[in-house]
Amino acid sequence: MAEFDSPAAILTAAKQVRAAGYRRWDIFTPFPIHGIDKVMGLKNSLVGWFSLAMGGGAFLSGMGLLWFTNAFDYPLIVGGKPMYSIPMSFVPSYILMVMGGAIGALVGMLALNQLPRLHHPLFNSERFALVSRDKFLLVIGANDDQFSTVETRKLLESIGGKHIELVEED
Amino acid sequence: MADASTNLKSLLPPAELQRPPVVENNRGLGWLTDKLSAFAEGKIPLWWWAFFLPSAFCATVILPFCLFYQVTTGVGVWGNNHPVMWGLDIVNFIWWVGVAHAGTLISALLFLTRQHWRTTIGRMAEAMTVFSVMMAGLYPAIHVGRAWFDWFMFPVPNSNGNWPQFRSPLMWDVFAVNTYVMVSMLFWFMGMIPDFAVLRDRSTTRIRKGIFSFLAMGWTGSANQWHHYEKAYVVLCGLCTLLVFTVSSIVGLDFCTAQIAGWHATIFPLYFVIGAVFCGFGMVLVLLIPLRKWCGLQDIITLSHIDKVAKLALVSGLIIDYIYAMEFFIAWYSGDTYERWVFGHRLFGHTYMVLGWMLIGINVLVTQLLWFKKIRSNLAALFIIGVLINIGMWTERFVIVVGSLYQEFLPANWGKYKPTIWDVGIYVGTLGTFFMLYLLFVKFLPMIAISEVKGATPQGNPHHPLGGAKGGRH
Repeated sequence: MAEFDSPAAILTAAKQVRAAGYRRWDIFTPFPIHGIDKVMGLKNSLVGWFSLAMGGGAFLSGMGLLWFTNAFDYPLIVGGKPMYSIPMSFVPSYILMVMGGAIGALVGMLALNQLPRLHHPLFNSERFALVSRDKFLLVIGANDDQFSTVETRKLLESIGGKHIELVEED
Repeated sequence: MADASTNLKSLLPPAELQRPPVVENNRGLGWLTDKLSAFAEGKIPLWWWAFFLPSAFCATVILPFCLFYQVTTGVGVWGNNHPVMWGLDIVNFIWWVGVAHAGTLISALLFLTRQHWRTTIGRMAEAMTVFSVMMAGLYPAIHVGRAWFDWFMFPVPNSNGNWPQFRSPLMWDVFAVNTYVMVSMLFWFMGMIPDFAVLRDRSTTRIRKGIFSFLAMGWTGSANQWHHYEKAYVVLCGLCTLLVFTVSSIVGLDFCTAQIAGWHATIFPLYFVIGAVFCGFGMVLVLLIPLRKWCGLQDIITLSHIDKVAKLALVSGLIIDYIYAMEFFIAWYSGDTYERWVFGHRLFGHTYMVLGWMLIGINVLVTQLLWFKKIRSNLAALFIIGVLINIGMWTERFVIVVGSLYQEFLPANWGKYKPTIWDVGIYVGTLGTFFMLYLLFVKFLPMIAISEVKGATPQGNPHHPLGGAKGGRH
């Protein structure tokens, strides 16, 4: 675990760590760093699909609900209009779609981030609390094939990391 | 190096085209974190108690008392009676929904249009949305008269074997308002997760740490988390923007599907959306200006941000003025006797004439003051204009609801409407509840989006010299 002072420093450091061939590493920052997705090779987030699935599902169930309640189970004649029509069912279904989509986005975000997870090994480090303030951390996992306590420390030092420390899992 | 910096300068747009900084005085990331979490962590100031106690009294004594009396006795305790069956309850419902809309517009639509200045006021605006939709939702629930039958509004299988009638916009309203409450709360909560983590990491006591650890749900701020979080945020912003245009449109449809002269117009959905946004910007001014001063946020909520809110209020106000003009024009142009009668009586009928002119005086004339830079940079003036806009928009809803109902087609059916003490009591109660919840939010939760503001500063930009980039390029 190494600490950096500015967003540009962490971006450069991330590039160098990637170039050195490490695969299991991550950065921890107080806010999203512009351009990090490319450096870390992150693919487009799947959250959108969660939202689409939930929103689309809610829309279709809305349409189904309206058909079932007003045209099938208890056919209701209002002003001589058709029992079921698109204009009358669109609006409530659309509203349900918004609700479903929103829930899908939140649930998707939490699921993909494996949250809620109340404990994380990094919380053991005292300096980790500074991540939410103004420090930028780069963490290389000990399960990385290239990891070695000496070499990895050297690399982190050479790219300008400060307060390099080894965080143990419980 | 010298060459590089001159080159950099020549690349910048001319001074008048440069955007004013989001945070003034070039504050660093650490300073911002300390400053933005200071209020939630510090002692409770005197002014907070001075506002909290009266609001809490309204919320916990006046509101429950009025509600108890109203629900146990019936809607007859209000001034509503034939022909004015919709009174202050519906006026206040629309007013509260309206207040909510500007919050969503600021936090969602301005995010989609990449207006960085919204980061500083977005959270406060979202909180305003959440609390005011809650207040709005109360009114239809009690206006049905027998509140214990509220569940009839939802498609719940029941022993009568019948279902709600989905062709009515009133039914759509049930869905729209419930969705609005839920989605705006989700959006608000999700935005706060990284900031809960900030408060968690700064907490000194065990209880505080426990509470914020629970709320932050283990947020670490890893690149992956931010990656998914940003995507979810964009999606939620898009959905919330849809809601801004839907919820008030549906409230507008409640009116324009009725045959009443003065309501039966296709302009109503748009009319209600813009009116809602206009009213909400008024409320944003009312909340922001004192909080900025009392919480010492002058560097973060800058005069330029308030100026922008005032400009948005002006734009929405001008659209409202155009709609007023159209309403009167169409009433005349339609040649419909009843329409002409209703609109004539909005301004010249002796019963509600004062309100009609108040509406014109505030929403049309006072709004024009916002054209002047001098007024837009005068906080006291803006605060007063904000209060006036809220009063003006409340008057507008009263004029629309009551002004169209009290003289309908048959003169034999004409009547008058006067709110009773119970109408007023419930309104005061909801106002108190709103301010009580808002004060609690301001004191105990991160009232400004800490991580978003940090990300919007040059210090947070990896491609900016202040963010550590060399030579301005990376």
